[in-house]
Amino acid sequence: MKDEQKKFMSRMGDGSIVYMTEEEIRADIEAGVQDAVVRGKIDPLTEEEKEHLYTIVTMPGSIVGVEPGKQIVMTNDSGAYKINIKSQIPVVKETEVLIYERVLGCDSVDVGNSDYNYKTVKGVAKREASALKQALNMSTMPLFYGAMTNLGFYTKPDGPVDNWAVLLPEGKIKEALVAQEEAVEHAVRDIVYCAEQMYEAGADGFQLDTSGAAGDADFLAALKATEVISEKFPGMGVELGMAGEFVLGMHGKLKYDDTRLAGLYPHKQVKLVEKAGASIFGAVVNTNCNMTFPWNIARVCTFIKACTDVAEIPVHANVGMGVCGVPMVEMMPSDMISRADKALVEIGKVDGF
Amino acid sequence: MGGVRTAGDLVLRMQIAEKMKIDEAKAYVAEKLGVTLEELHDVVTMTDKREALRIGLTHVEPCAEENNGMAAKVRIAEVLGIKINSVERFKERAGLK
Repeated sequence: MKDEQKKFMSRMGDGSIVYMTEEEIRADIEAGVQDAVVRGKIDPLTEEEKEHLYTIVTMPGSIVGVEPGKQIVMTNDSGAYKINIKSQIPVVKETEVLIYERVLGCDSVDVGNSDYNYKTVKGVAKREASALKQALNMSTMPLFYGAMTNLGFYTKPDGPVDNWAVLLPEGKIKEALVAQEEAVEHAVRDIVYCAEQMYEAGADGFQLDTSGAAGDADFLAALKATEVISEKFPGMGVELGMAGEFVLGMHGKLKYDDTRLAGLYPHKQVKLVEKAGASIFGAVVNTNCNMTFPWNIARVCTFIKACTDVAEIPVHANVGMGVCGVPMVEMMPSDMISRADKALVEIGKVDGF
Repeated sequence: MGGVRTAGDLVLRMQIAEKMKIDEAKAYVAEKLGVTLEELHDVVTMTDKREALRIGLTHVEPCAEENNGMAAKVRIAEVLGIKINSVERFKERAGLK
């Protein structure tokens, strides 16, 4: 009778529990690494790194942690509304900031509007800045103001330009390209206006979250805005975080610094973000819900290590729902998120989360 | 890193202000505070250090010497040798510069 192999508890990318043998885990780590190598045209993890990753995936403990001294810092792209909006605890955002600082021990948080995009913020920017100013007077840790570029909000009927997602299927290619180019200019103007209000209020940093969500034009708007903000408001560092691992070519021809944006992976994205003048790059690698945690985190570490290898500014890996090895669930399982964190620090060499 | 429980807020300030990567930022802050890298992560050591420098804590016995918020940040800017935007804008509004 064949001995039954030991199985380790793990999860799929959708969060569901699976039990895997050593052989299955090692095979998925190898496949995850190779997927990143092929897609990103980057170097694989070393044998030693893959072995360390296997140890992290299988080590005992419902929560695991980094080795002492390897702790890293955290920034946020949540608008400081996880407590009052998401958890339905009725506190104002200024109070929420203090909870993040003195109860949760966070390194920073971003204040933001619950409709988390700069087009919406523009109309209430001075009121948002006022709340930020009050929070800055009371708090000690760095505070960012944060929101998304969200280029899609600039399309008709709510916005000023034609909707390229409607034009493209109709074969109106030129019109779709022009619409995106016009939207970039509107977005940059709005973002810089908001940045000015937050700078005057005293923001320590300015967060451009989920950049590239609407494709290459969205990423271009974030880069152009970063360039202007870094030049006009040098005392307020910019953190530019991505929406996904790969810049979608909704336009396809847009360039920044002579580099075509469509198709860029994190190790190429970070060089443009540096060029634009940002202080911190928020890297993203997507979680595949149909694959296991070992497959996902191996792929993530391969992409992120390639990014931190070439980065000259700090890289903060996005470790929220559905990115960087974290399962695609609203309520986070600490077993997998702590393993993802440990792997990102010890193998991905990130500077923050 | 634990924010004001340790030195996470200070390390992050060096990333924002000077674009320092994590190891460089930690080394810089440790040197400015006169602590080792190990102590920089230690909540017990850092509580004493932050209390002595009056640069903000998570919680304290309420007293006149207790310091956080803008008062703490003015001191943090001095200790780290950087300009903090919230401090600079506060000084402008208060007529201190």
